[in-house]
Amino acid sequence: MSLIELKHVKKTYKNGVTAIYDLNLEIKKGEFVFVIGPTGCGKSTLIKMLYREEKPTSGSIMVGGINVAKLKNRKVYILRRKLGVVFQDFKLLYKSTVYENVAFALEIFGTPKDEIHSKVLKVLDLVGLKHKAKNYPTQLSGGEQQRVAIARAIVNGPKLVICDEPTGNLDEGTSMEIMQVLEAINKLGTTIIMVTHDTDIVNRMKKRVILLDSGRIVKDYAEGTYEHEGA
Amino acid sequence: MNMKGLRIFFRNIRDSFKGVFRNFSLSLASISCITITLLVVAISIVLSENVNNFATLIEKDVTIVTFLDLDITEEEKASLEQEIRALNGVESYEFESKNEISQSMMEESDTFKTILEGLEDSESPIQDTFLVKVSNIEEIGDIAKKIEKMDNVSTVKYGQGMVEQLITVFETVKKISIGVVVALILVTAFLISNTIKITIDSRKREIEIMRLVGASNINIKIPFIFEGLFLGALGSIIPIIVTIYGYNALYANFNGQLFSPFIKLIEPQPFSLFVSLLLLVIGILVGMFGSWRAVRKHLKI
Repeated sequence: MSLIELKHVKKTYKNGVTAIYDLNLEIKKGEFVFVIGPTGCGKSTLIKMLYREEKPTSGSIMVGGINVAKLKNRKVYILRRKLGVVFQDFKLLYKSTVYENVAFALEIFGTPKDEIHSKVLKVLDLVGLKHKAKNYPTQLSGGEQQRVAIARAIVNGPKLVICDEPTGNLDEGTSMEIMQVLEAINKLGTTIIMVTHDTDIVNRMKKRVILLDSGRIVKDYAEGTYEHEGA
Repeated sequence: MNMKGLRIFFRNIRDSFKGVFRNFSLSLASISCITITLLVVAISIVLSENVNNFATLIEKDVTIVTFLDLDITEEEKASLEQEIRALNGVESYEFESKNEISQSMMEESDTFKTILEGLEDSESPIQDTFLVKVSNIEEIGDIAKKIEKMDNVSTVKYGQGMVEQLITVFETVKKISIGVVVALILVTAFLISNTIKITIDSRKREIEIMRLVGASNINIKIPFIFEGLFLGALGSIIPIIVTIYGYNALYANFNGQLFSPFIKLIEPQPFSLFVSLLLLVIGILVGMFGSWRAVRKHLKI
């Protein structure tokens, strides 16, 4: 069953630059997909359209049964509640503790306090940060902050986690730790789409790789490595 | 509201409190801005209300003196009184008989006394009068004309010409003072909402994250709008204190009148409380409006 389906998607920005040309893509439930390509190839635009930070100019995008291309601004939250997003710059609230940052994603649904408590501690345990629940993000290392962001992304049990260069700011060792966390989440059945520049990670993981260039998919490997495209 | 909605609602209020304190320096900027502009608004309201009050008091004092025919009978007087009472726009009226008038004139001066005492009742030129006060000064001319046309009325006097000029001046003063207050309130609204906007712009990230984790637009707006409400309420505290204590002190200092007994100040109670309430409402509404305007900008994608 496909979780994501893009048909003839085209995205032209207001300044006239076309980032995506007639793109078709299907991603099944439980997959782990890397999206790679040179800078400016449209990979960021592609995933931004998946969580409706950008709207396609034409074509259809279905994510978990929601027609994202036609989703109204005030209904965006319905989509966002079904997926988690992880960024290069973590996007944490620095004035809130680790616990509060993760709990935030549950509070907005009006989840009861006990339930929030048990769920937050569970995911913090999963990412190995249960002991830092009361710390503030600034007291954590980059890798730890990213793990908080991942915990927040998965705390309400989404079917899809979108990662935009989650290891971009981290060193090699820390990056691999993050990948282990993501792989563990993937093994629990969550679909993961990750944009990256990191050849090492792609080569080691042996997952599906989609190579974009100039707004088009040029290659799609079931168990790809970076070498194929000669980068 | 169900339990879930209630929890969301309380979370919103809690977050708005947190917002005020966690962004304290920016909150303080907004609060100071609200405080200063509301002080100016308070002063202008007090001034313009006092000017209006003074104008109204003078206007209320203007009387149509209705002189009755000398040979009027008691029955005719009664029916005239009926007519005046039935007239639209008459606030109050008073009958003064010729005896009362000559009495008071005789008390006033000895010359009058000598003259009036030398006259027989039938020879006296003094007429019975009705003193009529109108509710709306602008209608005074019309009402005077209507009274003049009634039977057994010899003449009416109300300071024709002078009163019309007075009305024009007062109406202009009233309009200007109301205009100034309204303009000030609008400027305040603009200033405050801009300051709050800057405060909230600096929290773009926060809004972005809220949206990212699936907060609906309303859920994002409400804490910020409450925050604006708190900022507005906090900002109106000093202006309210200044209004209540300041106006009471001013009133006591001047003994309730300015320069002469003729210019009366409005009594501090309930006036100062009313102005305070108005300041609070302006502060709260403007604060909420500013926040709403600022957040809305970040929810358009």
